[in-house]
This record gives sequence, C-alpha cells and structure tokens, in this order.
Amino acid sequence: MEKKLGWKNLPQNDILEAGTAKDFKTGDWRSQRPVHNPEKCISCFICWINCPDSAIIVKDGKVIGIDYDHCKGCGICARECPPKVSAITMEPEKK
Amino acid sequence: MKVAKTGNEAMAEAMRQINPDVVAAYPITPATEIVMIFSQFVADGLVDTEYLAAESEHSAMSACIGSSEAGARVMTSTSSQGLALMYEMLYVASGLRLPIIVAEVNRALSSPINIHGDHSDTMGARDSGWIQIFSENSQEAYDNLIQAVCIAEKARLPVMVSTDGFIISHCMEVIDMISDGEVKKFVGEYKPERYLLDIKRPYSCGALDLQDYYFEHKRQEAEAMINSKNIILGVAAEFEKSFGRKYGFFEEYRLSDADVAIVCLGSTAGTTKFVVDKMRQHGIKVGLLKPRIYRPFPYAEIAKVLSKVKSIAVLDRSDTFSSYAGPLFTEITSCLYTAGVNVKAVNYIYGLGGRDIGIENIEYVFKELLKISEGKYAANIVNYLGVRE
Repeated sequence: MEKKLGWKNLPQNDILEAGTAKDFKTGDWRSQRPVHNPEKCISCFICWINCPDSAIIVKDGKVIGIDYDHCKGCGICARECPPKVSAITMEPEKK
Repeated sequence: MKVAKTGNEAMAEAMRQINPDVVAAYPITPATEIVMIFSQFVADGLVDTEYLAAESEHSAMSACIGSSEAGARVMTSTSSQGLALMYEMLYVASGLRLPIIVAEVNRALSSPINIHGDHSDTMGARDSGWIQIFSENSQEAYDNLIQAVCIAEKARLPVMVSTDGFIISHCMEVIDMISDGEVKKFVGEYKPERYLLDIKRPYSCGALDLQDYYFEHKRQEAEAMINSKNIILGVAAEFEKSFGRKYGFFEEYRLSDADVAIVCLGSTAGTTKFVVDKMRQHGIKVGLLKPRIYRPFPYAEIAKVLSKVKSIAVLDRSDTFSSYAGPLFTEITSCLYTAGVNVKAVNYIYGLGGRDIGIENIEYVFKELLKISEGKYAANIVNYLGVRE
C-alpha cells in the first residue's frame, strides 16, 4: 500500500515536481479513439498544437500516431485536421 | 522625516519605498486612493513596479496570485466590497502560501450602501488564512505595511494591513517617514525558495488535492499561522532596533494597574487613550488594550495581560449577526475562558457604517464598567453603542 506522507513531511503549499501528468494515465477515459492515417497525413501539426493532452506523437518532423495512454478521446484532433486531408477519424472505443 | 500625510498617502508612500515587483488592482470606489496615488508613482517612474489595472478585485487578486507564484514581490490595496469580491482568491493566496500584501482600508459592506469606516470587510476575511494587522493611525499603517513585507515573506503567508476608512484613510496627520534607502534595506530583496519562472527547477502548483492530502496541507497552513507569531515579534524587534518605534501583538495603555479596561481595534484606540488620560486625572484607574495582530490571535498573551483587571468592555466595529456578539468579543472571551481567567466582560457594538464614536461614548462605557466591577449593576452582555433606539 502507498505510504502517504504526514503534514510535517509533505512539501509545503501543495506543490508537485513538474511532469507528474505523464505518470497519470488517462487513456481509459476514452469512449471514442482517434485513428491516425499516416498515408493521408501531411504533418501540418494542427492536431499537435490543439491537443490538450500532448497526445500527438511527433518524430523526425512527422506526426506518427497517437499516445493512447494519455489521449482522452476528446476529438479535437479529428475536428481540426484540415477537411481535405481528414487524416484522423474518431472510432468507437472497443470495450 | 516628519511629513503631513493622509492614511492613504502614508500607505502609498510605504508602497513606493517597498518598490514591489507587481501591483495589480482595481482602483475604483470602494477602493481608496492608495493605488491611485501609487499609479502616479509608477507613471512618474519613481518605482520599478509592473502595474496592472485589472477589471475587478477578483481579477486583481488573481493577478497578484499569478505574479507571486511567478516569483514577484506583490502588493495591492482594496476596501469594502472590493475585499468581499476578492474573497474566493484570498483563500487561494493563503492556500498556495504566497506572501502577498494588501493595504486594506476598513469600510462597511452593503447593503445598505455605505463606504464609511467599520470593520465588517476585514472581519469577513478573518478566517481566510491571512495575517491581519490593525493600525490605530497613519504612522502605524505606514510602519505596519513595511513590517508586513518581512512578515509575509518569512511566514510564507499573505498579510493584510488595515486602517479605518475615512477616520484614518482620509485624515491628515504628521507621520515620521523612514528614508527610502533605509526601507529598501529593511525589506531587503525577495528571494522565494521556489518560483514558477525558475525554469531550472520547474514545478506544478495548485493541483487537485482531495480527501487524502488536503487536510495535511491545511494543517501546514495552521502551523504556519502558529509559527508566524514569533516571526511577527522578530520583525517588530528588528523594526524597533532600526527605527525606534515599538510594536508587538498589542499595545497596553495604562493597563498594568487598571481596574477596568476597554479592548478595541484601530482608530477608536486613539479616542480611548484620550479618555483614559482624562479619567486618570481624576484618579480613576482605567486602561486600554489595543490588539494590533488579529490573525494570528494572541490568545495566551491577551489572557495574561487582562487577568488583573476586574472587568472589560470589548468594542466591536462590526457585527457577526449571530444573535450574540461581535467578533473581537468572542475571541477575547474565548481566550479568557481557556486560560481560566474570570473577568467580567461586556460587548459594545459601535460605529457601524462610519457612525462617529466620541469621547462621551467611551466615558459612558468606562462608567458602566466601573458599576459592573463594583457588582452593582447587571448589564446586558451585548450592547449597541451610539445607535438610536
């Protein structure tokens, strides 16, 4: 069981070291998942800019997929992907 | 240097000398002129402050919180409804343990509409985790504001320094100002342990804190308030050493041999001192206890100094509408009870909405107290002083 610190040992004023959101997996919140089609994708990064959870994976200057550990399935990426490109589509999450 | 200043000017001058990094404010009624005067200092290039005019007091305090968390020394000023509108953010400031300073002018709360001097606004914030310092006059307001910077930064708690609306804020008195250089030296440079703009040591703050941690953080806040008592005394001692004026948790005025005493906050203490001197000339042993620090409340210390008098009257310039008594009365009687001090105590609620309290009112209270201490008279515990029946 997790050992929780008492008030004398906890960091003062509710501060947390940076980057803890990475350790908190929010992927299981999804009811829909974005599916990325690399053949259609033009790597314009509009999805990357708009993703509120930094869940668009970019490598060597190209969008290569979705970080499903953190993507909450909000659908912003699919909506913002230019209509002529439509490289991201939302599909029902399989339970 | 002796200069004639209004209470507002005295506070604004202190802010100029402190030269905070950021001042965010909404300087429109019911706020007094403090920030207006200060904004002139900014425009004239007399300070290095980033001045931000927000669209409300809620936003002003929010901007203060953001700036303070970023690592800035932050001040603002407000009054009455303005402080009330900050209410939500006051708790955020103290919960995040940010040393923000508010120059607060005590003014009544609506409704009915009234912006004159009473303590309703400041008392409304008494449980918000802010250190609260009451000032009797412009000199104390000035001195308290300078000390507040050191107290806040050492205690890692926000501080509000208050004066009484109009009675002090708009009246001119002679104050002894400290030189710019000496104030600068006294407040020193603000060096926060952690701050958001420190990109080498990034952190998150204000995160969700649920059933399993919130309580521990609030316990830390309570401890910080307990620890601030020694800090307040330490800063006062340092101030006295540097500038000669003595401050503590409270001021005892001819109290050591008094039979009866009045306990009151702020400017009314000045009137009470006058009456004490007058009655003492007739050989009547009356005295005054003027709490300066309302949060943290010096329970044990006050019980000790009040243990020798026969009866006390606590004067409250605000009401709690609890069907009982004013806020100062409940604090004072609580500390007497827990210290086992059995002194007869009565409460007078007075001066709401800026209603004048004159020497005749204070004399009346002392005379009632003398009757009570002789056991001749059973007064009501809670009384309204100066209200038309």
